[in-house]
Amino acid sequence: MTPREDELDDRREPVTNCDRRGFLRVLGAAGAGLALTPAAMAQAEAEGDPYGVLVDTTMCMGCQTCTKVCAEGHGLPAPEEVCRSDTTTTQLSVVDSYTFPEERVEMGGVFVKRQCMHCLQPACASACLTKALLKTDEGPVVWRGSKCMGCRYCMLSCPFGMPKFEYDSPNPRIQKCDMCADRLAEGQPPRCVENCPAGALTFGRRSELIEEAHRRIAEAPDDYYHHIYGEREAGGTSWLYLAKVPFEELGFPKEVETESYPAMTKEFLYGVPVVLTLVPPLLLGISKAVASERPEGGAAR
Amino acid sequence: MTTIEQNLPGQAAPEAISERQRLLRFLRAELKPRGPLLTPFNVISGLVILATAVILGFRFAYGLGAVSNLTQEQPWGLWKGFNVITGVAFAGGAYVMVFLVHVLRLQRYRPIVRVTILNGLLAYVFYAGALVLDLGRPWNVINPVIGNDFGLSSVLFLVAWHFMLYMIAAAVEFSPAVAEWLGMKRLRRILSAMTLGAVILGISLSMLHQSGLGALYLMAKPKIQPLWYSEFVPIQFLVSSVFAGLSMVILEGTISRRVFRARASAAYHFSQERILVGLSRICAGSMFVYMFLQTVVFVHGRDWRYMGGGWGAWFLLENLGFVAVPCALYVLAWRRRNTRLARIASVMALFGIVLNRLNVSVVAFMPHAAVRYVPSWMEVVVTLGVISAQIWVFRWVVNRMPVLDAEPAWKRERKEEPTAAERPADRLLVKEN
Repeated sequence: MTPREDELDDRREPVTNCDRRGFLRVLGAAGAGLALTPAAMAQAEAEGDPYGVLVDTTMCMGCQTCTKVCAEGHGLPAPEEVCRSDTTTTQLSVVDSYTFPEERVEMGGVFVKRQCMHCLQPACASACLTKALLKTDEGPVVWRGSKCMGCRYCMLSCPFGMPKFEYDSPNPRIQKCDMCADRLAEGQPPRCVENCPAGALTFGRRSELIEEAHRRIAEAPDDYYHHIYGEREAGGTSWLYLAKVPFEELGFPKEVETESYPAMTKEFLYGVPVVLTLVPPLLLGISKAVASERPEGGAAR
Repeated sequence: MTTIEQNLPGQAAPEAISERQRLLRFLRAELKPRGPLLTPFNVISGLVILATAVILGFRFAYGLGAVSNLTQEQPWGLWKGFNVITGVAFAGGAYVMVFLVHVLRLQRYRPIVRVTILNGLLAYVFYAGALVLDLGRPWNVINPVIGNDFGLSSVLFLVAWHFMLYMIAAAVEFSPAVAEWLGMKRLRRILSAMTLGAVILGISLSMLHQSGLGALYLMAKPKIQPLWYSEFVPIQFLVSSVFAGLSMVILEGTISRRVFRARASAAYHFSQERILVGLSRICAGSMFVYMFLQTVVFVHGRDWRYMGGGWGAWFLLENLGFVAVPCALYVLAWRRRNTRLARIASVMALFGIVLNRLNVSVVAFMPHAAVRYVPSWMEVVVTLGVISAQIWVFRWVVNRMPVLDAEPAWKRERKEEPTAAERPADRLLVKEN
């Protein structure tokens, strides 16, 4: 399911739209005294139909091809051929393995590819004070070194713990899967999808992927746990998962909310312009009222 | 220098130059250290600052990993948890004090308002400075200021801007003291006129970034032990910053009264008891509000589910041992007008704040991580080094500028403008430390 040519060509236009919107946002914020209204913006960004990847863990053989081509494509050292449960600064995509009794899962093993989930409303991007982490309209959440201060607030905020920081470098980068944004720009699917020999990875528009996932569950209801991980988790992610067993048994964080993470700071950020417009006049009023009662320099209380 | 000339109108050019020379000579004299150099405090803190410089050399040459124990799961450690999150709460005294003195115009607290502002200002300068040490790519620190993309949906963006703006507001609040030190009468008048504006802006900004420090952790919901997480964290941080700041004022006043005995004005010494009793009362009140809030959050979140085991005991120690007990001590201190009790309560309350802020940011953060973060000795040394450097600057300023002592004579008597050289004469009595 590769994207059609015209779809990819369309992508160039939204980029300028995004910049214009960003500019208006800056203007609006300047007017409101550094006040921000992220929710409406996040909403607008989520309305598009970004690209995503459907990971069908029932088809994955754990061959590690995806981790090899990922390292090659990103100029990183070749990974060891072992299963890992978490990504690192040099391995942006890993394959995790779980064993189950034969009667629950055929062959007894489940392999789970892990990488950045590319949330629709990413906690990391909303946490970033320079927009170094950016959710592009096409789907990938990318990191831009010229903006990043290295504050690591993205790492603190990401519910999946995906951004990794190069602690041992004097010029450190945030490392995480970028969904091969360079290839997407050329109309190509991510390297891992293109090279997966088992066909466990499917690339396409997110809405199509969700339909496809529902179709697979409907066609083989006994082969799947009836849930698409990523459809609602963290407000929806661009990467979606299907599995035979419940996802918390496969190391997916079970405490992840279905609400989007940026929404958690919404109330606080809405309070900012309210405080900045109401508190100063209140204080001035108190000060003037007290001054008329008790002239400055008058007798101390 | 131009500002100085502008503020000496009507003077012929040669006189202005000689005035400038006198000022330069005065500044050069003021830069020299006073008093004995080899005191135990100086030696120890000096060594700590030296060690800090060496460690920071390593940090910038080889990366954060060379000196800190930070992990991928614990990206913010002691430097942010203590220096920034806790230090800024301790600096909260400045905005509460200017509210009492400049907005409510309570003359009782006027003798300590300047030293509190100075403390707050220095805390922000040094602790926000420490934040830069923690940045992986500090050369990009200017990006959120110059607009190389404004991350407007980021709580950290808000906190960063508010830190900067608040530092300016606090500097304006303190600036009349600098003008008095330099003997610049007209400049002082201009700066004093700006005080109320700076105060009002400063209080508004403080309310937002004190709560903003708590709001930083809102998105870390799955990572913090539930006893320390609720959507009310910002309000809890704001309310606790009131008694954190005032407790710091009490503790700092206790130390300053001894160390800078000769610098302090008679008014400062005489009003000590009245001030401490008054502050005890405000601390007790705000701690009561805080405990009420904690109870509401506890019940609302049905947090008793998490009270079993060590975390529950740790939570009780923090909230009963170091909030409820100091609150009761503050009430006693107020009712009995007992300054000694107030001082004990302040130390306990400050310890409680350290516990609370470090619990949210470090101890109860990612409690199930495979590798728990424990700060390295180098992180601890740098933390102490930053505090030592702040104390050195604080002492330098207090020993030279009219911070604890009475206003200079020329401000009240409107006599002929004194030259800068005349001013320091009364300071010969002062002994450093």
